Amino acid sequence: MISVRGLTHRYGQQQALRLAEWKVAQGERWLVLGPSGCGKTTLLHVLAGLVRPTEGEVEVSGESLRRLEGARLDRWRATTVGIVLQALHLVKHLSVRDNLRLAQYLAHVPRDDARIADTLGALGVAEKAARRPSELSQGEQQRVAIARAVLNRPKLLLADEPTANLDDQSALKVVDLLAEQAARHGATLVVATHDARVKGKFRERLEL
Amino acid sequence: MNLATLSASYLRARPLQTVLSLMLLALGVGTIVLLILVTSQLEERMHRDARGIDLVVGAKGSPMQLILSGIYHLDAPTGNIPLASAGELAKNRLVRKAIPLALGDSWKGYRIVGAPHDYPALYDARPAAGRLWEKPMEAVLGAEVAARTGVPVGGTFAGAHGLGGEGQEHAGEPYTVVGVLGKTGSVLDRLVLTGIESVWEVHHDAGEAARQVTVLLVQYASPLAAAILPRQINAQSELQAASPAYETARLFRIVGVGVEALRAFAAVLILAAGLSVFIALYTALEERRYDLAVMRALGGSPARLFGLLMTEGIVLAVLGAAIGLGLGHGLAAAMGAWLQSQQQYPISGMEWRHEELWVLAVALAVGVMAALLPAWRAYRTDVARTLAQA
Repeated sequence: MISVRGLTHRYGQQQALRLAEWKVAQGERWLVLGPSGCGKTTLLHVLAGLVRPTEGEVEVSGESLRRLEGARLDRWRATTVGIVLQALHLVKHLSVRDNLRLAQYLAHVPRDDARIADTLGALGVAEKAARRPSELSQGEQQRVAIARAVLNRPKLLLADEPTANLDDQSALKVVDLLAEQAARHGATLVVATHDARVKGKFRERLEL
Repeated sequence: MNLATLSASYLRARPLQTVLSLMLLALGVGTIVLLILVTSQLEERMHRDARGIDLVVGAKGSPMQLILSGIYHLDAPTGNIPLASAGELAKNRLVRKAIPLALGDSWKGYRIVGAPHDYPALYDARPAAGRLWEKPMEAVLGAEVAARTGVPVGGTFAGAHGLGGEGQEHAGEPYTVVGVLGKTGSVLDRLVLTGIESVWEVHHDAGEAARQVTVLLVQYASPLAAAILPRQINAQSELQAASPAYETARLFRIVGVGVEALRAFAAVLILAAGLSVFIALYTALEERRYDLAVMRALGGSPARLFGLLMTEGIVLAVLGAAIGLGLGHGLAAAMGAWLQSQQQYPISGMEWRHEELWVLAVALAVGVMAALLPAWRAYRTDVARTLAQA
């Protein structure tokens, strides 16, 4: 599913990420661990095709990311990768339902309100569909962000520091939800975190 | 969900800035549309009213006043001229036709004009009901006069001295309405027509020698007359000749300064609206940078983000222009209703001019130009860096 060889990424003169080799099989659940600034977020951005690495080869779902660019890369990202960001970044003036419709629209997926309802239902926030993000609790917003990430049935689900600012119980619950959703859709899950509370959640770990 | 609904949701999320941009654009477009409607309709109607009249002859005074009173019935006449002088001029070989008009009285603010049948014929006016006048004290109402006064054929009325309708009523000499003219869209719609003899009779005709008319509407017999006749007439001590073409052009030059100033003001409003749209979109970029980055992360292409910002500019421009168009036509209709109540030149809010399409195109171009730079910045969003800064 994921194959990384000789990966290096630099911002100017500063090295942000170095990873000699990493292989992930389809459906596996990985934790990417390390302190702040070690390159966890950069690795997720590379895997999502948002950052073109300075050196190295990265293949995701059989596609060499170096060969993808422009509209093809955007289309590939929309259909292959789902991302849950640390700050969630739901569009605040759109309802929960419209935030998910936006994800379908941007991915050129035909509008499918039944799938939206089903996805929200699976995450326990179906009744919040007409609400705006500001009307939801932090935990509910987190679930909506996960719903948005898995809506288009991605093969790879990425989560960047999903437990930041959450209490112990909520942190563990969010990681469980991510794992549950990844399993439900047969997606590979990569969670980047420096949160010691969730270290024991997955067997597969990558230390940066 | 599409670009238009997404843009609309962003615009709704910033109601104050959106309304401000819309108001500025609507005011600018509305002002220009109003000016276009008023000036074009006035020019068109004034040209229509002066059609077939090469020269207006009357008493000495302001030539523009002579034109305004003799053709458009808007101003007070410069005075009267002896019937004998008018008759002599009518026989001039350079004159093909001369139509004398006698003014002086009015009814409910509508001017009573003593004239021969040639006068309605000049505007191809025919009775829609009844017939033209044949005998003294018979009157024919213009279409607007009949509609607003409600006096039918067979009804009677008494004129009042003076052109404003506030003078002493000639109660002893009532007119009988024998006909109503069909609508012509010309000055005739606002006039009461009668024979010249009626005007003399109301003003106690003192006999042939003392008879007067107010103006003479002249058609040239040949192009040469344009060079000779006005000079000939103006050389006489008691007569003055004024060219409608020259005087109306002069009038529009005078009025044109004010119109141009208003047009420039409206252009400034439209530019200010463009600036407002630009500032609204540009400042909104800062608060939306994470939204835009997330949209890219969700698979949105740079072109789609560019389109989103451009659509917002275009939506604002189209809405502002549409509101401005409605505003301009609404104001023209309101102005027209007021002018009609004052028996002045009517202006319609229901007419459309092709120049309005240019105004809409300019408004659209302003919206596009204002959105270009914000849209370009959205296109260039550095997704990873923006998300990393969150």
